[in-house]
Amino acid sequence: MASKPYNEMYSSDAVGRAHYTRYTQWLLDQPPERLAQKRAEADALFHRVGITFAVYGQEEGSERLIPFDIVPRVLPREEWVRLDTGLKQRVRALNAFIHDIYHDQQILKAGVIPAEQIICNSQYRPEMQGIDVPGGIYAHIAGIDIIRDDAGEFKVLEDNLRVPSGVSYMLENRKMMMRLFPELFSEHRIAPVDHYPDVLLDNLRSVAPTGVADPIVVLLTAGAANSAYFEHAFLAQQMGIELVEGQDLFVRDEAVFMRTTQGPQRVDVIYRRIDDDFLDPLVFRPDSMLGVPGLLTAYRAGRITIANAIGTGVADDKSIYPYVPEMIRFYLGQSPIIGNVHTWMLRHKEDQEYVLAHLPELVVKEVHGAGGYGMLIGPAASKAEIAAFRRQIIATPERYIAQPTLALSTCPTFAELGLSPRHIDLRPFVLSGRDVSIVPGGLTRVALTEGSLVVNSSQGGGTKDTWVLET
Amino acid sequence: MLSRTADHLYWMSRYIERAESLARLVDAHYRMSLLPHSADTLARSLSATMTALLMEKAYREKHDTVAPKSVFEFVSLDSDYSGSIVSCLKIARENARAVRGSLTSELWETLNSTWLEVRSQAARRAARADIGQFVEWVKERSHLTRGVTIGTMLRDEAFHFSRIGTFLERADSTARILTAHQGDLVPGADASEVPDPYEWSVLLRALSAFEVYRRVYRDTITPSRVAELLILRDDMPRSLLRCCKEVYGNLKSVANEQSSETERRAGEMHAMLHFTRMEEIAATGLPRFLRQFLDRVRDLGDRIASDFLVPPAEA
Repeated sequence: MASKPYNEMYSSDAVGRAHYTRYTQWLLDQPPERLAQKRAEADALFHRVGITFAVYGQEEGSERLIPFDIVPRVLPREEWVRLDTGLKQRVRALNAFIHDIYHDQQILKAGVIPAEQIICNSQYRPEMQGIDVPGGIYAHIAGIDIIRDDAGEFKVLEDNLRVPSGVSYMLENRKMMMRLFPELFSEHRIAPVDHYPDVLLDNLRSVAPTGVADPIVVLLTAGAANSAYFEHAFLAQQMGIELVEGQDLFVRDEAVFMRTTQGPQRVDVIYRRIDDDFLDPLVFRPDSMLGVPGLLTAYRAGRITIANAIGTGVADDKSIYPYVPEMIRFYLGQSPIIGNVHTWMLRHKEDQEYVLAHLPELVVKEVHGAGGYGMLIGPAASKAEIAAFRRQIIATPERYIAQPTLALSTCPTFAELGLSPRHIDLRPFVLSGRDVSIVPGGLTRVALTEGSLVVNSSQGGGTKDTWVLET
Repeated sequence: MLSRTADHLYWMSRYIERAESLARLVDAHYRMSLLPHSADTLARSLSATMTALLMEKAYREKHDTVAPKSVFEFVSLDSDYSGSIVSCLKIARENARAVRGSLTSELWETLNSTWLEVRSQAARRAARADIGQFVEWVKERSHLTRGVTIGTMLRDEAFHFSRIGTFLERADSTARILTAHQGDLVPGADASEVPDPYEWSVLLRALSAFEVYRRVYRDTITPSRVAELLILRDDMPRSLLRCCKEVYGNLKSVANEQSSETERRAGEMHAMLHFTRMEEIAATGLPRFLRQFLDRVRDLGDRIASDFLVPPAEA
């Protein structure tokens, strides 16, 4: 690692950061047995409540807990205010970009982004060209992954604009912390998060097709075998809406209905948690059993709102990511408040030469990869792995980007031998509808293995409660 | 409410009820096995019960003889057999998980905890060592589930479909238990003849009717009264009449455009039990009466599925 990572709790070995003062004092006062007992209690509760995710490639029906760490990640108010403003700015620009791409394509005509980067992108959906969506909103729910670098600066690592997940853990982690340590919540002024489902429902209702007075919203899931099923069921319950599967819906006369015990019922907004490819077997993957035949016909006719819209993937692709600061300047005429991580695009000759010469220091990512798969972490990779990636990059450079190996900030975390720093990131959830809003904080993910930079739950990551202090 | 959701709720409740019925039967027979000089009666009762519950074939594939211990383990713990108590609890939990958003969190957590406990190896070992305690526990979990259902769920369609599942299953189960003992129950049989007290205790205990009988009749046990209690008493929670009354009432609350014939049949079943007398059942013959009753329960289940739930052809 090039430099010492930023520690969220301590500014040096002995000196705690001001916003953690009360917490660290409290922590010192806790007998170790109490903390151990509380950790066991948290585990048992998560199991009983069934806050689990399915692990792909494991024995069918296996459900696992995402490890929860009891040390919170704390953000002082002024840092959050800046993040909040920067995130809203970014998501406004991203929505403007997607609208533009599926309409006049001014940003391409202006030469800001090369046209072939969009048109040849597998996430670009020509079916969306010219379709107007309510409010011009495409990414109603955006999960923006934020990291803090060694200089203490927040940077955007990735935009998730398709079906971002994790918000249920944000909510459940808070519930768990309040249950385990109620005293901490009377000692701190912590911004609440539990109104997220209300804000989400309000946003979804605000983007219903025009003319619908009292819109019916449903959540479309792939079913109980899906890795994020708990979250789907949780959100549907919290919003008081039906959790539907493709088989529960059908399209008649360009309108969408669900099969109920009282006959067919009209549906106006679908909060979908399945990918574009599976939505409509008549248009996308014909083998999809998860979708609704004819859905796109109803969509094109403006009779149903799908959130997030179809085709948002064109904006969160890693090959488009480097252009987001330009989008902010182009559509909003503002300079970006939160910057990007420096990114080399391997399709460019000079970038490619630099990256190939510095592979052991860099992180290389597949542009369509997700979940921490298809990635090379140079400093941690073997010679053979590096050689393999080198061959792949030379063969298909447009499939890759590279970034410096970031010293993600660390936060003390319970490990086998007690508290020890672990790398973390932050995923705030940005909601767009009538307005753009963010519930303070987000999901803090933590890489539980010492030194690891991979925070994904599918690869040994855990989560923490995230506090935004109000004073 | 989504048809698929109603379907899961209905089956969730049926399987919990089925697990409880089986636990009651194992419990009653297990108690009998602890008494002296009852080995023959016990084996006969176990055979008749397995036949009535359509379990005999699956059992015979694994075991040559009807030995109490192996029957208890088969019915309670055999996870390869889809009709065992542990399988019922697993299926109930799977149905609950598919619609956990439609359950109160208390109900979901109750069902999930039951399953987590059953799944643990330590619990399986303990159950094998003490089957009596295991079935006692299953009964308690079922009582708890029912209590949480009644105590926390909104009285909406979700509740009614869950209740329909419970009572249709219970009607089926009581009728099958009666079938297994129909030889001792023929109404009008010589009242002076003293029936085997062990068999009576199994039958009555399996239906929580032992103490109830004493309270209601304050007299010696006679076949005719036992049959009346378990078939025609409106205040007896597991009687056929009571179950049909609950099914009919809950069905009326969820009526839709196409369900009128189903509702009529449920009402007819209820009225038949409500106005009939033991003499008439005796005239029909108890075995025939019970066969007809079970056919009507099955018919009602099929009709409920096609009117409200996920019809088998479409699923």
